[in-house]
Amino acid sequence: METILFYILSAVALLATLLCVTRRNPVHAVIYLVHAFFALAMIFFLLGAPLVAAWEIIIYAGAIMVLFMFIIMMLELAPSEETPGMDWAVFIPVLLLSATLLCATFAIIAFDPGGADGLPSYYASPRTFGYALFKEYALAVEVVSFQLLFAAVGAFYVGRAGRRKGRWMR
Amino acid sequence: MIVPISHIIMVATAMFLMGLGCVMARRNLIMILIGVEIMLNAVGLILVGGSALWQKVDGQIFVIFLMAMTAAEVGISLAMVVYLQRRKGTISANAFDEMSG
Repeated sequence: METILFYILSAVALLATLLCVTRRNPVHAVIYLVHAFFALAMIFFLLGAPLVAAWEIIIYAGAIMVLFMFIIMMLELAPSEETPGMDWAVFIPVLLLSATLLCATFAIIAFDPGGADGLPSYYASPRTFGYALFKEYALAVEVVSFQLLFAAVGAFYVGRAGRRKGRWMR
Repeated sequence: MIVPISHIIMVATAMFLMGLGCVMARRNLIMILIGVEIMLNAVGLILVGGSALWQKVDGQIFVIFLMAMTAAEVGISLAMVVYLQRRKGTISANAFDEMSG
């Protein structure tokens, strides 16, 4: 069961990635990339990494891709060739991918109620994960937090340097 | 392991190559960043596969560090995209070639 699901989800991830890198419109590319991330998150779950799967959706699909979308819309990068009438052919691949992902989710829930049975031979529970992360890798966690702080300061500086002088003083 | 590790590596390699092609071929800065995201996710898939293969949690922990690094990278690079757009009015990579040397 997990093996079949793995191959289906791999096909969805690869197809969504292929559609993503070939789009002209960045908004469409971001939407397809979100599909690829959802498929990848379910693959992570099947490989015994439930916490990583949750963070894949929360951080990648939820935060980073929304940031991309925000920048695309703020800078008006998407081409606005709005034709009268809806072009329904655009929706077919995205609907197919979404339907496949939804069916895979239901299959996981239906064949594995409670997430206890049918797990792969290796399964890192959040407790194991947290112990390893904050005991063996405590120094690395500190370093990564510094990295995030420096990135925030750098992003603030770059965003500030772009303003014209005195534009915000008036 | 639910599948052989070689299949996981094949899927991740295909994904990485698509991201690499996106970075090399596209001229839009946003699409280049999306290609980098795809490549980093392929690396994450390899790490989780290795974690499942060797029955250790370390691979998954490295995926978390990878996500933190990605968040930092995306924050800075999107700020730079906004800066470059303000400066030149375009985000085509061809517009920023003064340092050719």
